[in-house]
Amino acid sequence: MIRFADVSFTYPDAAQPTIRHLSLDIPEGELTLVVGRTGSGKTTLLRAINGLVPHFTGGTLRGTISVAGRDTATHPPRELADVVGVVPQDPLSSFVTDVVEDELAYGMECLGLAPSVMRRRVEEVLDLMGIADLRDRPVTTLSGGQRQRVAIGAVLTSHPRVLVLDEPTSALDPGAAEEVLAALQRLVHDLGVTVVMAEHRLERVVQYADRVILVPGGDAPITWGEPAVMMLSTPIAPPVVHLGRLAGWNPLPLSVRDARRSAPALRTLLGGHTPHLRSVPASPTPVAQIESLTVRYGQRTALRDVSISLNVGTITALMGRNGAGKSTLLNALVGVVPRAAGTVTIDGRSPDSTRPGSLLSCVGLVPQEPADLLEAMSVADECRHADKDAGCEPGTTRATLALLAPEISDATHPRDLSEGGRLLLALAIMVAARPPLLLLDEPTRGLDYPTKHRLAGILRDLADAGHAVVMATHDVELAAEVADRVIVLADGEIVADGTTSDIVTSSPMFAPQVAKVLAPEPFLTVEQVRAALIEETA
Amino acid sequence: MKPINGPCAIGGDSLARWVHPGAWWIWALGLAFAASRTTNPFLLLAIVAAAGVVVYRRRPDAPWARSFSFFLILGCIIIAIRVVAQIILGASFGTVLVFQLPSIALPSFMAGLSFGGPVFLEALLAALYDGMRLAAIIACIGAANSLASPTRLLKSVPAALYEVGVAVVIAISFVPRLIEHVMSTRHTRKLRGRSTRGVRALAGSAVPVLHGALEGSVTLAAAMDSRGYGRKAPVSSLRRRTTSGAMLLGLVCVLVGTYGLLAPGMPSTLAIAFVVAGVGGALLGMWWAARATVRTVYRPDPWWAPEWLLLATSVVVVAAFWFVGATSPEALNPSTFPPSLPQLPVVCLVALIAAVTPGWFTPRPPMLTYTSRTVEVSA
Repeated sequence: MIRFADVSFTYPDAAQPTIRHLSLDIPEGELTLVVGRTGSGKTTLLRAINGLVPHFTGGTLRGTISVAGRDTATHPPRELADVVGVVPQDPLSSFVTDVVEDELAYGMECLGLAPSVMRRRVEEVLDLMGIADLRDRPVTTLSGGQRQRVAIGAVLTSHPRVLVLDEPTSALDPGAAEEVLAALQRLVHDLGVTVVMAEHRLERVVQYADRVILVPGGDAPITWGEPAVMMLSTPIAPPVVHLGRLAGWNPLPLSVRDARRSAPALRTLLGGHTPHLRSVPASPTPVAQIESLTVRYGQRTALRDVSISLNVGTITALMGRNGAGKSTLLNALVGVVPRAAGTVTIDGRSPDSTRPGSLLSCVGLVPQEPADLLEAMSVADECRHADKDAGCEPGTTRATLALLAPEISDATHPRDLSEGGRLLLALAIMVAARPPLLLLDEPTRGLDYPTKHRLAGILRDLADAGHAVVMATHDVELAAEVADRVIVLADGEIVADGTTSDIVTSSPMFAPQVAKVLAPEPFLTVEQVRAALIEETA
Repeated sequence: MKPINGPCAIGGDSLARWVHPGAWWIWALGLAFAASRTTNPFLLLAIVAAAGVVVYRRRPDAPWARSFSFFLILGCIIIAIRVVAQIILGASFGTVLVFQLPSIALPSFMAGLSFGGPVFLEALLAALYDGMRLAAIIACIGAANSLASPTRLLKSVPAALYEVGVAVVIAISFVPRLIEHVMSTRHTRKLRGRSTRGVRALAGSAVPVLHGALEGSVTLAAAMDSRGYGRKAPVSSLRRRTTSGAMLLGLVCVLVGTYGLLAPGMPSTLAIAFVVAGVGGALLGMWWAARATVRTVYRPDPWWAPEWLLLATSVVVVAAFWFVGATSPEALNPSTFPPSLPQLPVVCLVALIAAVTPGWFTPRPPMLTYTSRTVEVSA
């Protein structure tokens, strides 16, 4: 269906080619997963399939890529629109029309389909994607999961034979991600659509894949094969695979179900062991107090009567659906959203009465889009500005950054950094001012496993150094790995608050893979299992 | 039986449907024309009120529909600027002294400009009326904007002009996106412990704001391209060149003809011939070009009785104001020197009452099944 024949691609002004001598065939009706480190060229590979690379980006393409027999060199993206449907990373910024129904019809209008055909297909796709009740909603009012399903539906109406998706679930909460994946499953099984998808959250998708393409980045060649074979050796693997490797299970399990079938022996071995948890200070010292906080946006109540106290040395994860009020809570803590009622005290001060200059000395927030924070022309400049803003010794931020991310060089433009690089730079800027309370909004969106692992280590070190850390996240694996405490929000109210193991193991939605495999044993991460096994053998 | 590709009942209200956006624009442009013909403050207020009533009754519950109040505020700002500029800079004339500002002597090379000095009622009134006229025109455009979204209007643009239309719509949507980015960078500046006010704040946030808005536009362009925007039917390049040639030639003829009509020196029959030939050429070109595009329209908005009503009220308003302007100009442009109480011409009032009727006699917009609770706010 899709054929790469000796393809090499170099971006304009790039010293190194992003793709080298790739020869690859993707047969019809397969679900192919593209995995790799951030910035390794996954998106480039995906965009080459419909000709956006190089028709839209520029650069030099050697070799030929053909889709359904059409060469992308002679067919620009618009001439491939009837065979390839592309769902980009951020659906909202690529919606062309205002209303869901018009959005579904847009592609067909461009292809010049007959009105009666368009009418029928729109209805079919509304049902297929389960979005019939959204048909006349303005697209800007949709939630994350709805947006993603509308974006997929909008390309499906043209009946493409190939569907290309760039990180379809990374911005979604676990429930919404399952909806989207279920819809994709139906397309592959019932309609025989060929799906090519890039995704970092392998724990969500790898069990559905027929084939995995590994894009290592740098000089290493692109490799591909059966998921179980590919997962044997790569560092980019979900926790269940790491657990399987640790326990020496053969064949390697890719889903929780497979793993549970191999797990009884491991469960007996672990019985009687308790996981080692990070020690939190015995007598809690509160850094921040939120008392009966209510926040309203116009008619809508985003937070209702929320009271939390945040303690020194603890890492707290805020979880809940898209739009449950997680970001609002973080923003209220830094005083950028107006409070309708209640008080917020950090370190004895109220954040919204604090001058901007001294805000950093009590609370730092790394926003969802770290790039918004960065405005200088180079990393070195950015660090110099940050020192001045925070009023600390020149060089503090640079030194912090060197600890967090030694590979980032001074001369790089912040916008050219990878997603992970930008996050760490923003984190360094915040940490350099040594705020007692550190907030992170959705820090792992677009991060690969190794970078996420490093972030977890950094957060643990910061908590050990006495910071109170709060992160809003959909990533149950990250929460299980680092959080001491989990707060679950729904519709602006706290529905659960407790230690991580209590909250996540009791919830089917928020339980990490290891907990699902080993239940009822109280283990959450592969590291905990590893430590217990070492104890057992010793 | 309902036409397959026609409008359908939504939200349980069998009468609710989208009114053709072009009809709303024609109606609003009629009001705007009326506003441009008069400086009578009572009439201008009546025009804005007529537009406001219809907007209040017929705007949909959608994000783009909330712009009317924004346009009203813009109008008020314009009036304020016009009046203040008159007080400070205008060469004041008249007999009724309102107050006296200290006058500043300007150097001789700026002769003709005055700064401060006496402020007379006549000059103030003239400035106020003038500002109100512009504000009323803007309010009419705002009414069209909230009643019909620009992207819906795009559906009715002739196929040949579609690509130009898209460019315009993207340009229009660039500004709201820019404002959104400005708001979010203000927040992030605060996070970094920086001041959110002042020139330096503005300069500092310019880079991320422009970068973000531009990135958004590029993403949109890529998305449109990959969904087939701009596909052409296979047409020979000779055909394509003749088409654009005909359109260009037509436009040049229209220009020459209009110039001939306005300026003396060209026989008017020749000028009219130029205009007719030009319009004909342009239409022919558009027709040819339309055959080269493959685009079809999904559920085009129909042009039924309510649309004819909007067209009719627009014609009535234009005719009434044109008629009153021709017969009793002082009613439309009341004297400010000496100041007199403006009259309210009955013909204009009746026409404006006709312009309010669409608020009752057009179908309601579909209820958008949208609860504000699910709006995601990423402040």
